[in-house]
Amino acid sequence: MNAAAKRPLIRLDGIGKTYPNGYRALSTVSLTIPAQPQFISLLGPSGCGKSTLLRIIAGLEKPSTGLIDWPTSDYDAIGNPMPTVGFVFQEPTLMPWASVFENVYLPFRIAKKPRKAVADTIMDALSMVNLQDFAQAYPRELSGGMKMRVSIARALATRPQVLLMDEPFAALDEITRHRLNDDLLTLWQSARTTVIFVTHSVYESVYLSDRIVTMAARPGRIVSDIAIDAPYPRGAAFRDTAAYHAACRQVSLSLAEIATPGDEP
Amino acid sequence: MRRLVETLAPGLFLLALLLAWEVGVRLGGVPSFILPPPSMIGHTLMADWPILWPALVFTCGVTACALLISAVLGLALALVMASSRWMERMLYPVAVVLQVTPVVAIAPLIIIWVQDTRLSLLICAWLVAFFPVVANATAGLRAVEPNLVSLFALYGASRWQSLIWLRLPSALPYYLAGLRIAGGLALIGAVVAEFVAGTGGTRSGLAFVIVESGYRLEMSRMFAALFLISLAGILIHALTSRLTRLLLRHWHDTAAGS
Repeated sequence: MNAAAKRPLIRLDGIGKTYPNGYRALSTVSLTIPAQPQFISLLGPSGCGKSTLLRIIAGLEKPSTGLIDWPTSDYDAIGNPMPTVGFVFQEPTLMPWASVFENVYLPFRIAKKPRKAVADTIMDALSMVNLQDFAQAYPRELSGGMKMRVSIARALATRPQVLLMDEPFAALDEITRHRLNDDLLTLWQSARTTVIFVTHSVYESVYLSDRIVTMAARPGRIVSDIAIDAPYPRGAAFRDTAAYHAACRQVSLSLAEIATPGDEP
Repeated sequence: MRRLVETLAPGLFLLALLLAWEVGVRLGGVPSFILPPPSMIGHTLMADWPILWPALVFTCGVTACALLISAVLGLALALVMASSRWMERMLYPVAVVLQVTPVVAIAPLIIIWVQDTRLSLLICAWLVAFFPVVANATAGLRAVEPNLVSLFALYGASRWQSLIWLRLPSALPYYLAGLRIAGGLALIGAVVAEFVAGTGGTRSGLAFVIVESGYRLEMSRMFAALFLISLAGILIHALTSRLTRLLLRHWHDTAAGS
């Protein structure tokens, strides 16, 4: 293996975020995301800064302290890394005036790629989420779960180095949520891209991830970094295995450790 | 059957009202210079058509021009104000002053200053129609979903790209709501200005016909003109609502509501 292959995808070094009003969202967070694809969950209670951390990785917010490095990505003229990232928000975040196709076309449109040149790419992305027949539909005609699939297709269509997901299924009902969890794993298996998945559900994170980073609040910090060794593909049966229960217990304990009695509302 | 009744009900009710009016006036012996019966108004409408038609065209022309100019200038000013807080702080108070000053109060001044009747009426109508367009469009340009803004930033969209593909479409429902309000107000502005000009003896559109008929106690022509003004108002409302439904047909039903 050469040296380049060993370089990580992302290196976060002492990342801190303090807002102008004095609120300290993150203290000093250091994390290395390796080059080989992982499914990483950022798990923690509300206020632990997991969404802030995700937005910092996406470049949507600047850290107050610390460095974020993308050793393998391209750099712009003044030396800033230009990673390609996909982002899925808690809401589908679709443009209601545009068709499903046009919504997925958006990142390409901004990059000035002609519609014709990327039509196949877009249709492939829609096929991955089983929405190839809905390309000409409008968001209002779709269910909540379908809208979320469009959002995922849009994030994956550009073949990003990392897919960032900010509690994407939190607003959905449990049945839809379970189905989307399975679909997401299938997608992840075929796309072979790193996923960083923010959630506050222990069960969801254990089911999905091969690595769980637990976080604590006030100030936001990383508590533990737990590997979930169960092999993929994981079906619903995985939820009945001893390995699943053991992992859930381990993750819950790591969260309980940091929760002092006065912490819960 | 139920649907049919529901569709016909408003029309039938209107017909019943007209009938009651006709019968009431005839049986009650109300003189026609106080309240003419609908049949007489209908007759006048046809008999005086050579006077009424040009007046209708004139008033509608002023209203439509005022609405069109408001639509264009309103959006332009909203874009300027939405692009910088500083501009908004400077310009918004001026727009508010124009809005809160009653058009009846400014109309005499404008009619004195501007020699051309059509132009002076147009300015009055524009003054009242302008503000709702500006206010709504500005609100719309600011009411962009924050996550969509993040998404555009994530993909490195330029200011221009964000404006064309995100902010303008997001503002559309607000802008159209502003246009619907402005349509009604433009007609009111035109009519009010015609009244002011008409009392000074300047010949113009439908409101002038009303003023003139009032002086001559020709009540049925007055009602005929009044009827045409209502008709123009309904027409403007129908057109702007239709435009809204057409442009927002893919959005949520709530956004496209008239």
